[in-house]
Amino acid sequence: MTRPRSGKSDPAISRLATVNDMTEEILRLESVSKHFPIRSFRRFGEVVHAMDDVSFILGKGEVLALVGESGSGKTTTASVIAQLYPITSGVIRLADPRSPNGFQSVSRKLSGKELLSYRKRVQMIFQDPFGSLNPTHTIEHILSRPYLIHDKVVRENEGEKRKAALKRQLQQLLRSVGLEPPQQFLDKFPHELSGGQRQRVNIARTFSIEPEIVLADEPTSMLDVSIRISIMNMMLAFQEERQMSFLYITHDLAGARYMAQRIVVMYAGMIMEIGTSDEVVQRSAHPYTKLLRSAAPAPEEGLMRKRLITQGDIPSLIHPPSGCRFHPRCPYVMAQCSKTIPPLKEVESGHSIRCFL
Amino acid sequence: MKETLPESILECQDLVAGYELKAGFVRAVDGVSFALKRGEFLGIAGESGCGKTTLAYAVMRLFRDNAKIKSGKILFGGKDITHAPEEEIKKLRWEHISMVFQSAMNALNPVLQIGEQLTDGWLAHKRGEVREAKARALEVLKLVDIPEDRYNAYPHQLSGGMKQRVMIAMALMLQPEVIILDEPTTALDVVVQRTIIEKIQELRKTFRFSVIFITHDLSLLVEISDLLAIMYAGKIVEYGPASEVFYNPVHPYTRGLMASFPTLSGPIVRMGGIEGKPPDLIDPPSGCRFYPRCPDRHDGCDRDTPPLRQVRPGHFAACDGE
Amino acid sequence: MFKDIGKLFLGNKKALFGLLLLLFFALVGLLAPVIAPYDPKSNRVETITVLSEERDRSRTISREDLDPSTEKKVYSQSVTTTYERITKKLPLKGKPSSAHLLGTTHSGQDIFSQLIWGTRVSLTVGLVTGLFTTVLSLCLALIAGYFGGLVDDVISLFTNVFLVIPSLPLMIVIAAYVTVRGVIPIILILGLTSWPWPTRVLRSQVVSLKNRDFVRVSKSLGEKPSYVVFREILPNMISLVMASFFSSTMAAIIGEATLEFIGLGNVSVVSWGTMLYWAQANGALLAGFWWWFLPPGICIALIGTSFALMNFAIDEISNPKLRKR
Repeated sequence: MTRPRSGKSDPAISRLATVNDMTEEILRLESVSKHFPIRSFRRFGEVVHAMDDVSFILGKGEVLALVGESGSGKTTTASVIAQLYPITSGVIRLADPRSPNGFQSVSRKLSGKELLSYRKRVQMIFQDPFGSLNPTHTIEHILSRPYLIHDKVVRENEGEKRKAALKRQLQQLLRSVGLEPPQQFLDKFPHELSGGQRQRVNIARTFSIEPEIVLADEPTSMLDVSIRISIMNMMLAFQEERQMSFLYITHDLAGARYMAQRIVVMYAGMIMEIGTSDEVVQRSAHPYTKLLRSAAPAPEEGLMRKRLITQGDIPSLIHPPSGCRFHPRCPYVMAQCSKTIPPLKEVESGHSIRCFL
Repeated sequence: MKETLPESILECQDLVAGYELKAGFVRAVDGVSFALKRGEFLGIAGESGCGKTTLAYAVMRLFRDNAKIKSGKILFGGKDITHAPEEEIKKLRWEHISMVFQSAMNALNPVLQIGEQLTDGWLAHKRGEVREAKARALEVLKLVDIPEDRYNAYPHQLSGGMKQRVMIAMALMLQPEVIILDEPTTALDVVVQRTIIEKIQELRKTFRFSVIFITHDLSLLVEISDLLAIMYAGKIVEYGPASEVFYNPVHPYTRGLMASFPTLSGPIVRMGGIEGKPPDLIDPPSGCRFYPRCPDRHDGCDRDTPPLRQVRPGHFAACDGE
Repeated sequence: MFKDIGKLFLGNKKALFGLLLLLFFALVGLLAPVIAPYDPKSNRVETITVLSEERDRSRTISREDLDPSTEKKVYSQSVTTTYERITKKLPLKGKPSSAHLLGTTHSGQDIFSQLIWGTRVSLTVGLVTGLFTTVLSLCLALIAGYFGGLVDDVISLFTNVFLVIPSLPLMIVIAAYVTVRGVIPIILILGLTSWPWPTRVLRSQVVSLKNRDFVRVSKSLGEKPSYVVFREILPNMISLVMASFFSSTMAAIIGEATLEFIGLGNVSVVSWGTMLYWAQANGALLAGFWWWFLPPGICIALIGTSFALMNFAIDEISNPKLRKR
C-alpha cells in the first residue's frame, strides 16, 4: 500500500503523525467536530459541543488510548468513528487501497452499502456488559448475527451444511475468548452469565467479523477489579495476533499506559495532549494531564505523594469557557488563556499539547 | 481483641450478617471482627459481592426486610448495640455514626432543597431551633467548599461531585464520631474523587472522627488509609496497617488484587489478575473460600478454614501458606 | 424467554386467578347456545308437536311407454301433517324462579339467557377492541420512538392532544353522530378514543430501548432497521404490550357497557350494556329488581377484575422489586 500522505496536508496534522512515521496509518481524524442540537423549545438553536477540532491519526496495528473524564467527548469520538451519528464538520479518513487517493473520506452520512462495508472494517466494544447484550436472545443467536449480516459463514468442505459450519465457527469463537466448554455457553441467556463472561461475549462478537479497527469504549470499567486485567490481556493478545488497530477509551491513565503505545488526553471535547504513553504519563506537559496524573492513585510511588489540587468541575458543554476550555480550573492560568483557544503545539517530537505554557 | 480497649470507638466481633432468601441464608458477612480507634481511617477493600456494603449496613443497623444479623456483636464505645431497640439506634445514627452512600443521586431527595435535607437530621435529633440548624448547615457546607448560595438549590442543580460533597456535609451535621463511606467516589471522575478524598482527610484531622472507607479500588485505599482490611466472600482475609499490607502482602488474594492494578510508573509488566470468579455465598466452598482461585493452593486448603493469624505485629492474614 | 414469562405468569397467583376467570367467561360465551335455556331476544316459547301425518296417493298425472320394455308413470302425492303449536308467553317482569333463574324483563325475555349470550358480545367487543387499540398504538409507538425527529414530534403532538380530550365525552359525541348502530361502530369508536395512552407509554419504552447499548451494538454491527425494531426492541417490550392489551381490553368492555347503557349502541343487540340500558329504561333500579341490573353489573366488574389482576401480575413479573422473594 502506498503511504496515503499528501504533501499539502494540514501542518498540525502532519505533526501529529510524526510518531507513526514508521508505520502505515489506517484512520485519520481531521479537525472533527460534533455538536448535538438541544431539542428544547426554550433553548432553540443551542448546541452541546461534544467534540471540537479533534484531529489524530491511528496507525495500523497500533493501540491508541483516549483518556478523559466523563463529558470529555471520548465516547462521542468513538461513536462518530463507528458512524453511530454523522459528524458536524471535519473529515474522517479511513485508509482504503482500492480508492484512487488511498482514502475513504467520510464527512456526511454514509449510504446503506457504504456503511455496511465501513462497519465490516470498524467495530466498537461498548462499556456496559449488562446493557450491550439483548436479554431476550441466546448467546448463540447474538453471536451468529455478525456472521449472517456480513456473510462470514465459511464451510470447511462441500458436504458441510451452512448451519453446522456456523455452529463450528461459533464454538471456535467462544474458545478463543476463553469461554469453555463452548456448547454450554451457546444455549445460555445473557442474564445467566457473570459480568466478565458477558464482556467476553461482547468482545467475541466484535472480533468475529475481523475488523481492522476496534473502538473499545471503557470495556473494563464496569467489571470487577480482579477480572479487568485478564480482559485487557485478552484484548491485547487479539490485537497482536491479528494486527488490529485499537482505539482504547478509558478514564484511567494507568490502564491507558498498560494498553497503549500512544495516549490522547481529551478535556471538554478538545484534545489537550497527545504523545507516546511514556511521554504523556511520565513527562506530562499539559496542566490538565498533570492534574489527572497527580489525582490518580499510584501507591508504588510512595504513600505520601504531593498532589496538585484544583477546584471546580467539568465545564458546561453548551456554553464552553472562552479560550482554553481548561482555564477555569487551571492552576497556571494566564490572562490570554481566557481569550484565545491555544493551538496544539509540539513540545518534543510527536508530543503535542494545547497550552500556551 | 476480646477485651474492649477504651480507645476503640467501634468494634465488631465475629459478626455474621446476610440475607434470607428462598434458596437459603446468604452469609454476606461471615465472621468479621475489627476494632476502629478514635480518629483512625479504616479502608475495606473487596470486589462486588464480597460483603463490604452489607457490613456497612449491618454496623449502621440499616436493614431491608430480609436482611439480618445472625450472630456476633457490634460494640459502639464499648456498648453492645447488636440488639439494641430501634429507638436507641435511631439516636445513635447520624449523631454518632453516619454514612455516605454510594450513589448521592439516589440518596438525596430530588424534590427537597439541600438546605432542608441538611437541617432535617438536626431538627429530628432536637439539637436546637431552625435558625441554629440553618447556621450549622451553612457551616458544614462551607467545610466541604460549597458556596452558601447553594443552600436553597435542588439536587438536580448540582454536579455529581457537589452532590457527593453535600452527602458528606450531611454526614458531618451532627459531628459524629464515626463516618462510614460506601464507595463515595466510584461514580465520580479521578480529579473530583481526589478533591473529595483530600477534603475528607483534612476534615478528619480537624474534627478527629474515625472513617470506614469502603471501595473496590485497592490502590486508592492503600494511599489514604491507616488500616486496611481485605474482604473476600464475606470474610476478612488480610488486615493490618496499610503500608504493611501494601509492601508485604501475605494472602494470595491480596497479592492477586495488587497485580490487578496497572501502575503509573516503572516498567510495564504484563500482569495476571485473578482467574475465576467469586464463590456463591449460599453454598460457599468448604475450607478456604479463595481456594478454587488460589494460585498457591495446596492439599488441605479445601478442608480447613484458615483463621486470621498474626504474621507481623498488627498484621493478620487468613492463610497458612508460605 | 417466552417460556420463562409463561412460567412466571402461571406461577403468579394473581395471574392464574385472573386467567381462570377470563377462561370461565370465554367458555360461557362459547357454549352460550348450550347453556342458555331460552332465546334471549324472544318473550315467548313455542313448542310444536306433530300429532299425525297422512299420505295419500290421489291420482296419476301421466303415463308413457318409452320403448317396448320400459314404462314411465308420474304420480302426484300429498302429505297432510297435523300438529299443535303451543305458544307460551313468558311472564313480564317476572321474579327469579326455577324456570327463570334471574326472572324476566319488562317484555318477558329470560334475563339469565340474556346474561349468557351477553357474555359473547361483551367479550368479543372487548378483545377485538383491545387487540385493535394495542396494535394501533404499538405501530404508532414504534414509528415515533424509533425514527424520532419530525415523525415523533407529529405523532406525539396528536397523542398529547387526544390525551387531553376526556375520552368518555368524546366517545359519546362520536357515537351520537354515527348513524349506523351496531357492534362494529362501537369497536371503532372505542379503539379510536383509547389509543393515546398506550401509545404514549409504549413510545417512551421504545425510546429508552433505542438508546440501550445492545441496540446501538446491533446498529454498529450493521443490522437493518426492521431487524432492530422487531427482533431487538420488540421482544423486550412483550410485558408492556401485554399489559397495555389487558388494560385496553378492560377499558373497552367497560366503555362498551357505558355506551350501550346510555343507549348509544344498538339496543336490540343483547349484551351486558344493553341489559343495563333496558333495566334502567324500565325503572328496575327504582323498583328494586336487583336480578335485572345486578348480574350484568357483577359480570362487568368480574371481567374487569380478571384483566386488572393479570395486569398487576405482569407488573410484578417485569418489575422484580414487587416480586415476592
